[in-house]
Amino acid sequence: MDRHRRALSAAGRAAAVVLPVAFLAVFFAWPLGAILERSLLVDGRLDVPFDVLTDPTTRDVVWFTLWQATVSTTLTLAAGLPLAWALSRFRFPGRSVVEALVLVPFVLPTVVVATAFAALLPDGVERSVWAILLAHVFFNVAVVVRVVGAFWAGLDQRLWEAAATLGASPGDRRLRLTVPLLAPALASAASIVFLFCFTSFGVILILGGPRYATLETEIYNEAARLFDLRTAAALGLLQLAAVAAAVLVAGRLERRLGGARRRGDAARRPVGGERVAVGVVVLGSLALLALPPVALVLRSLQVGTGYGVDHFTSLVQETPALLVAPWHAVLNSLLFSAAATAIALAVGIPAAVAVASGRRGLDVALMLPLGASAALLGFGFLLAFDDPPLDLRSSPAIVPLAQALVALPFVVRSLVPALRAVDARLREAAAVLGATPAQVRREIELPLLARPLAVAAGLAFAVSLGEFGATVFVVRADWPTVPVAIFRFLGRPGEDNVGTAMALCVVLMALVAAVALASERALVRGRPR
Amino acid sequence: MSLALEGIDVVIDGRPILDDVSLEVGTGERLALLGPSGSGKSTALRVTAGLQRPTAGRVVLDGADVTAIPPHRRGIGLVFQDAALFPHRDVAGNVGFGPRVAHLPHAQRDARVTQALELVGLAGMERRDVTTLSGGEAQRVALARALVLEPGVLLLDEPLGALDGPLRQRLQDDLRELFERLSLTVVHVTHDVGEAFALGDRVAVLRAGRVAQVATPEELWARPVDDWVARFLGMRNVVPDGDRANVIRPEAVRIVPGAGAVVVAADRDGPVVRLRVRRDDGRELEAVLVGGAVPRVGDRTAVEVDPAGLVEVEVWRGGAQEASDATSH
Repeated sequence: MDRHRRALSAAGRAAAVVLPVAFLAVFFAWPLGAILERSLLVDGRLDVPFDVLTDPTTRDVVWFTLWQATVSTTLTLAAGLPLAWALSRFRFPGRSVVEALVLVPFVLPTVVVATAFAALLPDGVERSVWAILLAHVFFNVAVVVRVVGAFWAGLDQRLWEAAATLGASPGDRRLRLTVPLLAPALASAASIVFLFCFTSFGVILILGGPRYATLETEIYNEAARLFDLRTAAALGLLQLAAVAAAVLVAGRLERRLGGARRRGDAARRPVGGERVAVGVVVLGSLALLALPPVALVLRSLQVGTGYGVDHFTSLVQETPALLVAPWHAVLNSLLFSAAATAIALAVGIPAAVAVASGRRGLDVALMLPLGASAALLGFGFLLAFDDPPLDLRSSPAIVPLAQALVALPFVVRSLVPALRAVDARLREAAAVLGATPAQVRREIELPLLARPLAVAAGLAFAVSLGEFGATVFVVRADWPTVPVAIFRFLGRPGEDNVGTAMALCVVLMALVAAVALASERALVRGRPR
Repeated sequence: MSLALEGIDVVIDGRPILDDVSLEVGTGERLALLGPSGSGKSTALRVTAGLQRPTAGRVVLDGADVTAIPPHRRGIGLVFQDAALFPHRDVAGNVGFGPRVAHLPHAQRDARVTQALELVGLAGMERRDVTTLSGGEAQRVALARALVLEPGVLLLDEPLGALDGPLRQRLQDDLRELFERLSLTVVHVTHDVGEAFALGDRVAVLRAGRVAQVATPEELWARPVDDWVARFLGMRNVVPDGDRANVIRPEAVRIVPGAGAVVVAADRDGPVVRLRVRRDDGRELEAVLVGGAVPRVGDRTAVEVDPAGLVEVEVWRGGAQEASDATSH
């Protein structure tokens, strides 16, 4: 790292730090600061909103938020572990395809997932606490598979062999080796899933109906529906504290994973009874994961008692539910996401370079938007950019800015390991062969980073396409994105509106899945580091 | 091209890595830089290539001070330990990298790549993916990559380090043959005494960042400068005696029929057997025998020492680096 750091010119180094820091200061710190100010200060004096914080409604909301996050996390671990086991320990035909497919739910927009569960579950259950929990499991199984699976695959197989030669039975080995060795990965995955469920917004807003509210949705209700900014800000204060604590814990747990070194691919072909177990786990998980999207597609094609494409053709028709025809929302989404991706890359690439050359503090700062809930960001934007000096409320530009902020951690996360993986000796070898520093960048670093850059761009685009929590606060009514349009349609009575929402969901799902699969492909095809 | 390091100091994070290192390599000469790990030999190589800036001292190429010249303008070839091939380029892309960044015309580039690959015995491998190469092949590609621009000086950092067995022996033979054929000026870093003796016209022994001794392999074996160097070269008959030490080279110890000693160990390494005998006065001596019929452990025998094989050397008092530790690497 030292050499890399020295290689950067002083000016470049400064730019690599200043740009991301300035961006975060204006579009992250300021909005959150605005929430703090709004909740704690009245006419410049400190005035803690005890009445809101101690209100029984608030207590119920906090309780439900914690409860659903805890239960969702437990269920997700239970559902994800068998799949992590099968994918990390064994080699079988199509494993890389399965790995890619398992990741798809994670990048699916929350609105799409929520709508899919509404389409899947029978009447009466479709808007219940069960729907919420199942949707959370569906979403986050990928986290468990990725975090625990990668760790599991990296553990030295010889430890189990050593234990066996020392007389440990399979049960002993599981209890005394597998469980303690996996504990840090389990804790890390659990903390990430908990954070996601705690800040879940779209799923709860759509599936929870009026009965179930979390801090996140309650902020939205107070701010956007009841226009009670004071209560919203007070709840935001609570959410901010809770999320900061959760982010700290998750970050600490994740750092403990750093010591686990990957020792090649220890996966082997399953034998005997393992084949049945692996087959059941993999095929069963895939089938369960496929159910909601399939139900969504079927429902979008359901017209009355038969099937047809009416809901899709209605996408080009004007409707009272939106100020524009639904297909405009698709265009808006593509446009906003492209802009958001550009911003996220422009900020994220220098940020990743700075983090890769050893700036820990910046790393943590860049990950914060991931934890700080989308609704908090959206609400903060609403408060901060409402009036001069930065009045963005009436500008469509506010949407890609918010989305870029949400996408930024994904960009940095996917680029930093790639940057770190560029062996310092490759740069040296090139220099000794006569390559100037500029030639080293062009001939060595850029080609080695082309794939990670494509992955980062794809991720940013997919995340921006599906972004709902922040967008719904700041988007203008005549510039809806697809997730916002879906939400509007679902909020209106009538089979036709629901059908149009389903059709829009299918379109969005197809777009996101295409982008995600394309970038995951690039990742899978990337050379081993 | 001749090369000289003059009074090189390298201090990294307050720790001295090289301390007043001076070395000279004449045109067409091959110098082996021999030392245990941590002795600073790789750093000396990096200083020569321009990858590490010395804290003090000069690097001189053909009489010109190049200390301030960056690596990409020195025209020195460097072969890294375990190759460091560019994973995103095939064999030809790796070997042709130097000609490419030097903007040589296409036809010339291809000709040079073909020629360099022939030189290292990999003719026709242009399109191979470098991630599929064996360790020996990768090392040969790295060598071709370093040689393609006909550098005035070739540096090698443990070129055989990642290999073992017959493969290692073959590449060592090929390297020596290649160096002689091309009359290359070579600096070659290794911790292996046999490799240093085989590939170096002269050997510089590096210890704790300082040059302990520079000599031809024969001189080094005949007159190690102190007890540490003698032990590092693999000699075991080293007996300290005040501020001097007596070294008996093992080949000067003769085993003859008779009495007065007993064989306590006999370790065969191919045709050579290292014998350890304990004299009745308690002193142990190591002898080297060649052939099939040698005494066995427990046999009684007599021992004679050829006075020509007895050297009196200084005792090294540096202490920080144990020769016996170092040879175990």
